Amino acid sequence: MKRTGFTFLARPQFVALIAVLFINWLLFPGFFDITWQDGRLFGSLIDVLNRGAPVAILAIGMTAVIATKGVDLSVGAVMAISGAVAASLVVGGTASWIAVLAALGIGLACGLWNGMLVTLLDMQPIIATLVLMVAGRGLAQLITEGSIVTFSDPLLIFIGTGSFLGLPMPVVIAFVLLVGSTLAVRRTALGLLIEAVGVNRSAARFAGITSSALLLMVYAFAGFCAAVSGLIVAGDIRGADANNAGLWLELDAILAVVIGGTSLLGGRFSIPMSVLGAMIIQAMNTGILISGFSPEFNLVVKSGVIILILVLQSPLAGRLFSRWQARAETAPAPRTMP
Amino acid sequence: MNRSLRPLAATATIFILAYLAAVSQQPAMLSTRVLGNFLTDNAFLGIAAVGMTFVIISGGIDLSVGAVIGFTTVLIAVLIMWLGLHPLVAFAIALAVSALFGACMGAAIHYLKVPSFIVTLAGMFLARGGASVLSPDSIGIKHEFYTAVSKSYLLMPGGGRLTVIGGIMIAVFLFGIVLAHRTRFGSYVYALGGNETSAALMGVPVARTTIQIYMLSSTLAGLAGIVFSLYTSAGYSLSALGVELDAIAAVVIGGTLLTGGYGFVAGTFVGVMLQGLVQTYIVFDGSLSSWWTKIVIGALLFMFILLQRLVFTASAPSRKVLWKT
Repeated sequence: MKRTGFTFLARPQFVALIAVLFINWLLFPGFFDITWQDGRLFGSLIDVLNRGAPVAILAIGMTAVIATKGVDLSVGAVMAISGAVAASLVVGGTASWIAVLAALGIGLACGLWNGMLVTLLDMQPIIATLVLMVAGRGLAQLITEGSIVTFSDPLLIFIGTGSFLGLPMPVVIAFVLLVGSTLAVRRTALGLLIEAVGVNRSAARFAGITSSALLLMVYAFAGFCAAVSGLIVAGDIRGADANNAGLWLELDAILAVVIGGTSLLGGRFSIPMSVLGAMIIQAMNTGILISGFSPEFNLVVKSGVIILILVLQSPLAGRLFSRWQARAETAPAPRTMP
Repeated sequence: MNRSLRPLAATATIFILAYLAAVSQQPAMLSTRVLGNFLTDNAFLGIAAVGMTFVIISGGIDLSVGAVIGFTTVLIAVLIMWLGLHPLVAFAIALAVSALFGACMGAAIHYLKVPSFIVTLAGMFLARGGASVLSPDSIGIKHEFYTAVSKSYLLMPGGGRLTVIGGIMIAVFLFGIVLAHRTRFGSYVYALGGNETSAALMGVPVARTTIQIYMLSSTLAGLAGIVFSLYTSAGYSLSALGVELDAIAAVVIGGTLLTGGYGFVAGTFVGVMLQGLVQTYIVFDGSLSSWWTKIVIGALLFMFILLQRLVFTASAPSRKVLWKT
């Protein structure tokens, strides 16, 4: 098949995003209005990008992990830990840039811990990361001593709510991570190596890939992304809430990756499509909120979308579709296709 | 000793040691009263964990159990308080609804060839969302049946009370043990978890068994919801949040392998009791904060997985799994 520059426009995910945005516009005619005020852009569309950024950042790391046939359940807990560390440090009088570096470092350390369990102890990823998912939130509460630590540090608040070139800071961070990671996996051999490990780890090892180092790196990257996301969420509410920061966001991130078409069985993956998936989820959230439905409908709609995507991606649907295509081709009348 | 019983023995030994250590710190914990409360307070978790054990032995995972518990409590509350049905009728409807729900998930997993993780994740969203659409607020249940149930108990020697819901949990565990080790369905589940392809070649009805496994898990989650509703006398869409994780942790601590094909329902009982022990000890101590529960359970989880690795590496010398780089 020859690939042209616009094939991505025909992807179902892209169509879905357009459809969701269109429905939002029908429900709320001012949806696409964007205004320039106080040196930054405002509007529902910008809001979708801004609110979707934490999940999008998680999804970037999660895509890499899922591509290696793993999964990282601990990202929500790591978000809580990183927010707690940063908030506690700045409240304790540490310079804010050290606090940010410490939070990112803790995220990397959490990711390395997961990676060690997966590679050295050869645990199943879902269980290895479950340990940190259960214990991590407890650790975050230990750091904040069970209370919500509020702060007024300008750097942390800037990460959560500031703006750069008119765009909200979370969007800028997510974009930089997206471009950086996409270039890293598509312009170097890294993406190929990750896919090789995801398809068959022992085969990759026999082919000379140091799969454990690669897995360690991938889990560390997921931990790093979670830490960035945790800083954004903490900066947004100007406080670290160990109980609720990042709660259930690991599931949203996995959902975004699945919507983006990355196979949970490892191998094929696409970071930009996962980010697109995160945007679809957020556009639905925003749509339900602005259309005046109660937020409870969100979960029902979300599950409906997952079921629809699962049915569309399943081999059963593929068989039905190819049978339908075959019938259309054998039928005499439509011979216009070249 | 039978080699395959080693992890179970290890878990039981660790529980006894932990209990003795707790008693040496807090002598008051050695009484049937505490034991009775153990059973009552963890009844819903135990019942859900039995279903989870079957799912995990078959090589899958069920993330929807907590949401099904929440949905069932709301459904029962709505049926009793708004429609005026008798609780027993409401219970029957709730069990039927959750069984149907599980059957749909099982069918989706088998026929759409999607990982159970994703299907049950969708099920979790659907059940939580459905519960909050039914009623976003907590509904209190007032019915003479509920008061009668909460007042009836068996007195154990030493003043401990075996409540109805504690009794239900023990009955479910006995049922689970028989189902896993003494029925055809049980051996099908183990066969599926070992290797689905060879199970199918041996003549295991894969589609039917898969659907039955998830049906069993959801029905038991529905039963756990009934127990939870009796325990709290209320229906709330956000109740039992995160119970699926506690149930998975209990199953893993109980010595069941997450890769499937190996595990014990009795081990899950010890896993549930061990979690209850951690919570009770923290309550007894008084100076420890609640978040230590999570940290200790996480540490226990880690310890047991490590232990399993070591036991299995020791018992299978030809396969060096520990340092596989």
